[in-house]
Amino acid sequence: MNRPAPALTSAPVNGCGEAPVLRERGQREVFCGLTGIVWLHRKIQDAFFLVVGSRTCAHLIQSAAGVMIFAEPRFATAIIEERDLAGMADMDAELDRVVHKLLERRPNIRLLFLVGSCPSEVIKLDLSRAAERLSRNFAPDVRILNYSGSGIETTFTQGEDACLASLVPTLPREAPEAAPSLMVVGSLSDVVEDQFRRMFDRLGIGPVRFLPPRRATELPPVGPKTLYLLAQPFLADTARALEEAGARRLDAPFPLGAEGSLLWFRAAADAWGVDRSRFDEATALGHQRAKRALERYRAQLAGKRIFFFPDSQLEIPLARFLARELSMQLIEVGTPYLHRNHLASELALLPAGTALSEGQDVERQLDRCRAADPDIVVCGLGLANPLEAEGTTTKWSIELIFTPIQGFEQAADLAELFARPVTRRKRLMV
Amino acid sequence: MQLTVWTYEGPPHVGAMRVATAMKNLHYVLHAPQGDTYADLLFTMIERRPERPPVTYTTFQARDLGGDTAALFKTAAAEAYERFRPQAMLGGASCTAELIQDDPGGLAKALGLPIPVIPLELPAYQRKENWGASETFYHLVRALAGPMAPAPGSPPPARTPSPRPRCNLLGPTALGFRHRDDVREVTRLLDRLGVDVHVVAPLGATPADLARLGEADLNVVLYPEIAALTARWLERAFGQPTVTTVPIGVGATRRFIEEVANLTGADPVPALSDTDDRLPWYSRSVDSNYLTGKRVFIFGDATHAIAAARIANQELGFEVVGLGSYSREQARDVREAAKAYGVDALITDDYLDVEAKVTELEPELVLGTQMERHIAKRLGIACAVISSPVHVEDFPARYAPQMGFEGANVIFDTWVHPLMMGLEEHLLGMFRDDFEFADDAAPSHLGQTSRIVEDLAAPAAHADAQDSLPAWAPDAEAELGKVPFFVRGKARRNTERYAREQGVATITVETLYDAKAHFGR
Repeated sequence: MNRPAPALTSAPVNGCGEAPVLRERGQREVFCGLTGIVWLHRKIQDAFFLVVGSRTCAHLIQSAAGVMIFAEPRFATAIIEERDLAGMADMDAELDRVVHKLLERRPNIRLLFLVGSCPSEVIKLDLSRAAERLSRNFAPDVRILNYSGSGIETTFTQGEDACLASLVPTLPREAPEAAPSLMVVGSLSDVVEDQFRRMFDRLGIGPVRFLPPRRATELPPVGPKTLYLLAQPFLADTARALEEAGARRLDAPFPLGAEGSLLWFRAAADAWGVDRSRFDEATALGHQRAKRALERYRAQLAGKRIFFFPDSQLEIPLARFLARELSMQLIEVGTPYLHRNHLASELALLPAGTALSEGQDVERQLDRCRAADPDIVVCGLGLANPLEAEGTTTKWSIELIFTPIQGFEQAADLAELFARPVTRRKRLMV
Repeated sequence: MQLTVWTYEGPPHVGAMRVATAMKNLHYVLHAPQGDTYADLLFTMIERRPERPPVTYTTFQARDLGGDTAALFKTAAAEAYERFRPQAMLGGASCTAELIQDDPGGLAKALGLPIPVIPLELPAYQRKENWGASETFYHLVRALAGPMAPAPGSPPPARTPSPRPRCNLLGPTALGFRHRDDVREVTRLLDRLGVDVHVVAPLGATPADLARLGEADLNVVLYPEIAALTARWLERAFGQPTVTTVPIGVGATRRFIEEVANLTGADPVPALSDTDDRLPWYSRSVDSNYLTGKRVFIFGDATHAIAAARIANQELGFEVVGLGSYSREQARDVREAAKAYGVDALITDDYLDVEAKVTELEPELVLGTQMERHIAKRLGIACAVISSPVHVEDFPARYAPQMGFEGANVIFDTWVHPLMMGLEEHLLGMFRDDFEFADDAAPSHLGQTSRIVEDLAAPAAHADAQDSLPAWAPDAEAELGKVPFFVRGKARRNTERYAREQGVATITVETLYDAKAHFGR
């Protein structure tokens, strides 16, 4: 799953399309792709995620999930032990035994992901062969797929990318003569999905399908007539797999903020030949409502200087939203991985001269951050409290993944996530 | 391979991090892939530490594996030294780095840094967090205090004369269950005994402090899981006796005071007559009568679980119906303790086993970890947390030790409150027929619309059990409705179980009372 260098699209005429990017190699203070299981298992409700890894993997997911809410969550870890590594136990046989035990205990599972980890990758445990072998045993009741969520291959949200990419080859194929259909790619909360579906209905765009689906039995078909919109900016491999199946991507900024959401819907409307007056009529209410709701947050956030540590790949779309719709100043926008192609429309909208950085050397970045003394810092959970203790206001970034933030109706909620820490600091007199 | 849903302990390098993070002027360079940095949030979020753990990760990626990952480690270690200038450094690997066999400990030593570098070998596929903490502490102390030890066979060094005996407090770490407050409470206790604390370690100690450990007269092991190994070595190397009683609970605190007094010649009386020791009177006061024989299930690390069982049994008058631990290293001690209560110890790190046991035993109170709190919550059983694994709420803002007399006071409050449910049992009994106490009556101050009491007595929804369930006669069902809501679910289950066992097809009022007589309380 080594990523080829992203192809550069036609150079945008303004914004940050060709801006230099600070690339750093050093300690990366980021989650691995296994973390995606925390939201993916909630989204695909009859799927189960079995990490094949170490105690560290189990501990990570449990710690990232925060609380152990579920009696039997729809994820677990098959912990590799010394006897597996020493060759005293046959790994394939062990894995089969664990999967049998699991499926016996959880007969409702329809889709099982074997999720590769750092240890399983390093010892070259072939999970794709295991998935094929087990699929034969459990077909047609359970489909078994595999992907890697390992830290050596994936950063945080790339786990979702790897998961969805593994789903694409199993999607039903649609005939070339089928009517055009729209696929929205990237997990969204159900409430956002429902809003989007209603908007596409109003625009007369359809059929509309979502990947991932809420149930494994509702996989959306794909074919040469499929047009897809990315709802999340971290889906490089999924997009490539969809293109291989014939689907075509509709280029758009991501649906964050009033402007982002409008442009995102417009990309689909243009592809469906929806005329401008119908588009304006359908979107005016939501768009205006979002802009109105953002007003009060702009009063609180305008002119505030913000610094992004790399985390989810949402940084650039978020920075664009905060700069353009809330008039915030961007000090540095760090992202773990910059996909120039998928982010072309975003980069074009960024204020010229925005400092971008890709990858990380956390110590050096902290030095830059302290020197810049921003009004608010977006960072991961490991850095947030230490920065607060130094007197810096922070927004912990994982909440931006777990909270519904896309679309018109959530634009103000998204702004509020940034306004709250600022307001809080202003209120506290202790 | 072991199928795991939730895990009680992290990997051993997290144990090493708990030691490193507890200390000052120490740095840990960890060969680990990107993603393993998640461990930082355990300290910054769960424990709300205001600084990052002193850990540098190499965060290697797949593309580095073909290249020189050893060089990556050396660079990271050299840069960490330059930036943080620690007094000593730990070098080690996480589970993935262990597989690529770069020998980070050796590499760190080979850098020739002008400070002690301690290599750690923590087999991640065999061992777990507490073992990792114990091993790390032991190697640190050996490396730093070892050079001060007298040659084997020669007498211990003459101690600097000091008006009061001095002891080390060993075992408290970062992310420990109430370690911060236990240290303060035990320090206070020792002060009343006329004993000074020489070094607390690892919590708050520098590498230089560890080098001074041998100067103390004795060692107190607060957490054997972490410090017993080190204390044994100190005993051999410096001839320091070890206090082994862990002062959790009134009885254990008294024994601890006597043990320290014996070893130091101190007068135990002032410490024993602590006027803040309230648990004994609270337990004897009449309203504690309703605590008598409460059935309690206990699970945690070995030290806290054993102590909790003793307190439950001897100091609160509960009945210990189950006792277990995930600490396999201390399994023998837990089994021994369980025997005293006539139960078989549950030694497991499988959360599902613990859940099954709690479900089977139907205790009235669960004393456990954050995991058992979730089990208890689902089953509608009162619960208090007594041990790691911890959650953010286990680091309260207030002073809340577990050790010493104040610790016993805290324990009394923490365990009894979940059982009170806001109302004393005898009042519930007296007023159960009052119209305002009817199950579906809302509190009068909330108006008449909301229904507050969830019907815990609803038949269990176990599909497999459904067909074999005996039927309830209407009058029996009505009688069941008179049982206070918080025990009604249990009354229903017990009656149904009794009916099944007796082959009764229809449960009558008589069956209900037969079952009540059969099961006792």
